[in-house]
Amino acid sequence: MAVAIILLLVAIASVLFHIFSPWWWTPLASNWRYIDDTITLTFWITGAVFFAVVAFMAYCVFRFRHTEGRRAAYNPENKKLEWWLSVGTAIGVAAMLAPGLVVWHQFVTVPANATEVEVMGQQWQWSYRLPGKDGRLGTSDARYVSAENPMGLNPDDPAGQDDVVIQNDDLHLPLGKPVKVLLRSIDVLHDFYVPEFRAKMDMIPGSVTYYWFTPTRTGTFEVLCAELCGAAHAQMRSKVVVEEEKDYHAWLDKQRTFAELSGQRDVAKAAYTRESE
Amino acid sequence: MVDVPFDTVAGVPPAEVGEVELYHPRSWWTRYVFSQDAKVIAIQYSITAMSIGMVALVLSWLMRLQLGFPGTFSFIDPNQYLQFITMHGMIMVIYLLTALFLGGFGNYLIPLMVGARDMVFPYVNMLSYWVYLLAVVVLASTFFVPGGPTGAGWTLYPPQAILSGTPGQDWGIVLMLASLILFIIGFTMGGLNYVVTVLQARTRGMTLMRLPLTVWGIFTATVMALLAFPALFVASVMLLLDRLLGTSFFMPTLVEMGTLTKYGGGSPILFQHLFWFFGHPEVYIVALPAFGIISDLISVHARKNIFGYRMMVWAIVAIGALSFVVWAHHMYVSGMHPYFGFFFATTTLIIAIPTAIKVYNWVLTLWRGDIHLTIPMLFALAFIVTFVNGGLTGLFLGNVVVDVPLSDTMFVVAHFHMVMGIAPIMAVFGGIYHWYPKVTGRMLNEALGRFHFWVSFLGAYAIFFPMHYLGLLGMPRRYHDIGETAFVPASAHDLNAFMSVAALIVGFAQLVFLFNLIWSLFKGKEAGGNPWGAASLEWQTPETPPGHGNWGKELPIVHRWAYDYSVPGAAMDFVPQNEPPAGLSAQGPHA
Repeated sequence: MAVAIILLLVAIASVLFHIFSPWWWTPLASNWRYIDDTITLTFWITGAVFFAVVAFMAYCVFRFRHTEGRRAAYNPENKKLEWWLSVGTAIGVAAMLAPGLVVWHQFVTVPANATEVEVMGQQWQWSYRLPGKDGRLGTSDARYVSAENPMGLNPDDPAGQDDVVIQNDDLHLPLGKPVKVLLRSIDVLHDFYVPEFRAKMDMIPGSVTYYWFTPTRTGTFEVLCAELCGAAHAQMRSKVVVEEEKDYHAWLDKQRTFAELSGQRDVAKAAYTRESE
Repeated sequence: MVDVPFDTVAGVPPAEVGEVELYHPRSWWTRYVFSQDAKVIAIQYSITAMSIGMVALVLSWLMRLQLGFPGTFSFIDPNQYLQFITMHGMIMVIYLLTALFLGGFGNYLIPLMVGARDMVFPYVNMLSYWVYLLAVVVLASTFFVPGGPTGAGWTLYPPQAILSGTPGQDWGIVLMLASLILFIIGFTMGGLNYVVTVLQARTRGMTLMRLPLTVWGIFTATVMALLAFPALFVASVMLLLDRLLGTSFFMPTLVEMGTLTKYGGGSPILFQHLFWFFGHPEVYIVALPAFGIISDLISVHARKNIFGYRMMVWAIVAIGALSFVVWAHHMYVSGMHPYFGFFFATTTLIIAIPTAIKVYNWVLTLWRGDIHLTIPMLFALAFIVTFVNGGLTGLFLGNVVVDVPLSDTMFVVAHFHMVMGIAPIMAVFGGIYHWYPKVTGRMLNEALGRFHFWVSFLGAYAIFFPMHYLGLLGMPRRYHDIGETAFVPASAHDLNAFMSVAALIVGFAQLVFLFNLIWSLFKGKEAGGNPWGAASLEWQTPETPPGHGNWGKELPIVHRWAYDYSVPGAAMDFVPQNEPPAGLSAQGPHA
């Protein structure tokens, strides 16, 4: 009896916890409402199955627990019941998988008008790069990395000269414009993760990965690293600021291009060394 | 009605094995230490696995102390935290669960359940244990080498696993990989034994479709392990070469702490594919023996045949086969080609169907049963609750687009602890309470057992159920301290503290269990040969605990499946597998 009640309480408490939990996803700030919707759908289906199975168990324990003289039924198989349950399960699974795959198709199909933004991870900081007037990002390689060129940009690539380089600072994005985030690393795996955007993807040294999203809400959002990258993994933070087009351009105008930074560096190197001493 | 007809082997004279003097151990050393008896090897495996498991338990306490009360314990720094999670994960998955289910339960139960005298290659079986022990010693030694154990996470992803930004880069990672290589060598020796024994050494009448589901589970898991571990083996060797000889299997051109390394041209993703080609089947290597054990526990303690035996067998085989084509669902956000997501999401969700069939058949076995709420039965019920819970959250993570926001968060940690941590450990406990009387001849203490059960089940549920919601919130895993993060409310820290307290209490209950294991060995109630009234062969041995060679002079002859419980017309509510058909009345189901 007690066992049956506790089992039932476990099922009920789980459902109540779900309903009243103050710990829930962060308010969405991107176009991926579909992802949230698929999670909600999955919660409904799996929650119903969980409750049904545990409640059924509780009932069996209550109804068929051993008493003097009870004898179990002899019932090896029931083909019909087993097939019905399998078919029912298959339908439930399809109901989650189908929308999931449709949304995944959207997730991997980058809109043609998406602007590219590069995010580079390294132990343990984030750098960003935006294409300049030509709309293209220059090439890069870990072999070019040096104190003067920490992002490893190709100094001989004309497409890269006007790229806007942002280091030790926040990334700004304009509201409502689809963004294709190009992800790159120069040392180990990292993962550019902003909970409010829902999207995430590992960054791999030697490759460029990507995802896309459209910011739908202005605000400042925390960037975390979601792929273990060594001792200071938890401290690898940055911020993304989503703002109105006008504010964004005001910010963008203040940023430096790769060419400016390299030129400036050449001139200022000596002065910089003196300053820091 | 199930198609398990009696056959007419009863007329064949029993196979006699002459007493060969050389066959039995002659000294204390060959009887208890360098023993070739599968039962002794099973106990050696179990004790070793549980001992290293205690280390993993202590590590989990340290982790939870750090997560629940960050900054309070000055002796835990970020590097150590990473070392704790790495060693905890590796020990639990491989050195505890895999070794205990296959080396422990497999060694003890396979020969007894199939009616064999021993494993077919006893000497290799002995070597298997000693190589495993060496692997455990090498693993444990990493706590004492300069730099300590590796902190690369149990997945050991390169490049960080072998670069200097990760703790244990010096010795830890090298010894970890060496230990894994040893473990796989040891396991292969044992695994070949289990497979050949099941296929070749079954006693007369023991057809494959009469095997208890425990044997089916362990057998299928072993076949899978023999196919999956080689992937980990080569990955370990290649990573070791990258680390020691400077090859670049997994290492692209990269910068280490500001300096360009000599590496170039390798692929970090390749390691992930190899790792998860092993790693996903590994989940089922741990789960399938648990499935089998739970099926038998439910059937015995509900006094009812397992419902849908044939479907259960095929479900085990189907899960085993499918688990080799789902591995990349661990890599949805790894940066592999995104179109793989369509394929792997589909295969992953398909695997839910045979798994669900198993769950239905367990609960339908309870239906109209005669449920004895013994401790093994309680653990079986807890297994179903936690396994269903963890299995269902697998439908979130397997469905590629749902995985994107959840992967690498505490949701994943909660999911895999529920499904391949808590659930299989419930099966381990249930199995130990169930078979301890056969192993020792004594029952485990009932009151201590019930205390252990309730604290472990409810406590573990209280740790891992709420943890999902921290993941939903966006809290990443493998953070020693989430620190000041805008989206994490203060209440989340309180929840972390609550889970930590629960973890300490659950850990304490395990000490009670260990005490019970030792105390009952001397003071436990005498069990007799078949205290649960079970039908499968291991309970029909002439001696308890079974002697060397298991069966005395004559091997048993099997006449029926392992689930003849509450057969209409039978005198008792169970009919042993080796009972000839004459013992049944003419109204028997197979007449």
